[in-house]
Amino acid sequence: MQDILREMADVVRDPFAYGRKLKADTGKKIVGYVCTYAPEEIILAAGAHPLRLFGTTGTIERADAHLQSYCCSLVRGVLEEGLKGGTDFLDGMVFPHTCDSIQRLSDLWRMNVTHGFHLDAVLPVKLDTQSARQYMIGVLHRFKTDLERELDCKITDDNMSKAIRLMNENRRLLRRIYELRSDEPGLMTGDALYTVVKATMIMDRERVREALQKVVETMEAEKASAAASQGTVLKSVPTTKRLLMAGGICNQPQIHNMIEAAGGAVIWDDFCTGSRYFETLISTDKDPITAIVERFLQRAVCPAKHAGLRNRAEDLIRMVRERKVRGVIFLYLKFCDPHAFDYPYLKADLDQEGIPSLLLEVEDPLPAEGQLQTRFEAFLEML
Amino acid sequence: MPENTEKTEKDKRKIKAVKKMKEIMTFYYIDAKTAAENNKKVAWITSGGPVEPLIAMDIIPVYPENHGAMIGASKMGVDLCEKAEAMGYASDLCSYARSDISCATVNGGPIGGLPKPDMLICCNNICGTVLKWYEIQARYFNVPLFIFDTPFCHTEYYEEMRRYVRSQVDEYIEYLEIATGRKLDRERMEEVGRLSVAGQRMWQAVLDTTVNKPAPMSAFDAFFHLALIVTLRGTHTAVDYYQELLDEMNERVKEGIGAVPNERYRLLWDNLPIWYRTKWLSEKFAAHDACLVADTYTSAWCGSLRYMDENDFLNSMAEGYTRIYLNIGVDEMARSVCDMVDKYEVDGLVIHSNRSCKPYSLGQYDIQRIVEEKKGIPSLMIEADMCDERMFSESQIETRIEAFIEMLTHRNRR
Repeated sequence: MQDILREMADVVRDPFAYGRKLKADTGKKIVGYVCTYAPEEIILAAGAHPLRLFGTTGTIERADAHLQSYCCSLVRGVLEEGLKGGTDFLDGMVFPHTCDSIQRLSDLWRMNVTHGFHLDAVLPVKLDTQSARQYMIGVLHRFKTDLERELDCKITDDNMSKAIRLMNENRRLLRRIYELRSDEPGLMTGDALYTVVKATMIMDRERVREALQKVVETMEAEKASAAASQGTVLKSVPTTKRLLMAGGICNQPQIHNMIEAAGGAVIWDDFCTGSRYFETLISTDKDPITAIVERFLQRAVCPAKHAGLRNRAEDLIRMVRERKVRGVIFLYLKFCDPHAFDYPYLKADLDQEGIPSLLLEVEDPLPAEGQLQTRFEAFLEML
Repeated sequence: MPENTEKTEKDKRKIKAVKKMKEIMTFYYIDAKTAAENNKKVAWITSGGPVEPLIAMDIIPVYPENHGAMIGASKMGVDLCEKAEAMGYASDLCSYARSDISCATVNGGPIGGLPKPDMLICCNNICGTVLKWYEIQARYFNVPLFIFDTPFCHTEYYEEMRRYVRSQVDEYIEYLEIATGRKLDRERMEEVGRLSVAGQRMWQAVLDTTVNKPAPMSAFDAFFHLALIVTLRGTHTAVDYYQELLDEMNERVKEGIGAVPNERYRLLWDNLPIWYRTKWLSEKFAAHDACLVADTYTSAWCGSLRYMDENDFLNSMAEGYTRIYLNIGVDEMARSVCDMVDKYEVDGLVIHSNRSCKPYSLGQYDIQRIVEEKKGIPSLMIEADMCDERMFSESQIETRIEAFIEMLTHRNRR
């Protein structure tokens, strides 16, 4: 398992190097995307490789000529890489419609980034009506046709069904890893877990399946042997304080080391780079596009979408109960409006249930380590 | 100049319709605030939302964004924004939303809060913020929320969009019929549709009078007179008022009365007004003989007239409301700004980079570059916020305005 984790850590450290190599080795077309509402299955069915962008690890310079400082670091970072040419191996980009900032990112990419094709998938914002469902089916049909044109290929139902099965399997395995860790947090560090999650959105999806299978097997074996020797092999101590993290994306794996050093562990999450990616599988017994749409309508929503007035709080509380966590950490990207608007109500509902929470607003790069460490320690002490 | 001459000079420049406008708005708010006593329903609706079916069904539309502007103009924004921040809302969020959300809990602001809504109508053609804002108010007031979802038109208005939005027009009407327990009177709806289009045309005509030199009114005047096309679109009141304003403007054109005494530079404003500083800014520019003759903001309420058909209103409003200025790509916005530069013969562009409004502001650097390249005119960017005065740095902005005017003067001499 350590080999696999190392492989994934390398991929996450330099996703573009990975993308270039994959392209050179396999000749696959590579399509970049920025959020989990991108229909990866359709990209896979086109024989192409979907690769998610997570902003930049470098400094932002070129994007400053296009985006104000009050735009989030994720959006600025993605544009920076596009302008700098870090993404020049991409054959194209797809922008599913979510928040106001991603919406403008799509325009700015189309107008300023010269490499690759550019596609929008203007999904509905409300997800709880029949006409929105019909509309989304139309959007994905258009996306499919657009992709066929751009990639000069034919996307068959058969290939879509295959891609759906592959993605379902990857999602199921990812969930299994979360569950095993939920049973025994010592099986994998939080840092490693989030490396695995991100890698599954970057790496070749067949390779992801193999890798996740190995990880699951290893974790299951470790868990079984630990049970046999009554827990002595396991690294975690019974006093570990179980936490849930909620927000947009987790781009700061070092946060987990801080939390673990303070005696806590993130057991579950409500993240776009987390449970929102793997929860809900796609039905395999109906028209593929309709099935993909239904998953988008049923899965836990990004706050930029609407599926009800209280569902996000209900989901959060349900996860807290199911996973027996003691507190929630809201990890928000600064200038992320949809999350920031939901925070007061989510917090109030958690308060009402007696669930303590902590809000952290971060930007890439993170502030000085000591500051965050102290906040985690204070929060964990309170639990 | 002797003092009395100066006074008459100033009086001459005052727009007479202002008084009537204030009366209409006062009456409108009294009507809205006493709706419950008169057995009328109140719907809160977004500024770009399809209000016409509400008017046709005798439901009183109330605009939290108009309220936000009033809060900003009466300099009550900071206090209310701080209250929202104490409630847990991040200080980076839209200041209209912050003000309105906290105002609802304390009945504060210039008019002691808005009348309680019976229903909420949220059209996301202006931003995604309104969705979150209306969700919050739907939870707070425990009233139903109707979302009129207008897909973003990056480059095109596709057939599936047309079908989706059109079907929502029917869902919207059905929603209102259930909320009121009454059927929509189709004839009345047709009349309201015609009045809406007439009002928008009239408003466009008012704005068009500034193609004249000197411009009889400025964007600062437009910010004020805008209120009716937002709040009373679809009524005789709006049409009649704008007819009167148009007559007054035409009269001023005939007499050569300009909004700025010695109009020398004609400027175009982009983004929402800085409500708490409109007077300051207006005087700053006027002191340099610069008149903001047009803006991208107030024209948004008549910008999609080309898609509207007054004789087929319900069908055409789907497209009209979806393809408004903010719901289109940055490149199309830039083209629209370039057209305005030509139409109003503008010498420079003044851009308000508004922290509160991401869909309006993100992309402005590109628009600025495109307009400078295509039209060869200079531009000024002001970093501020429409309602939150804490984001306004007077000395910095003053310096930038002066440098900008200097540049215009220099170009003028060449």
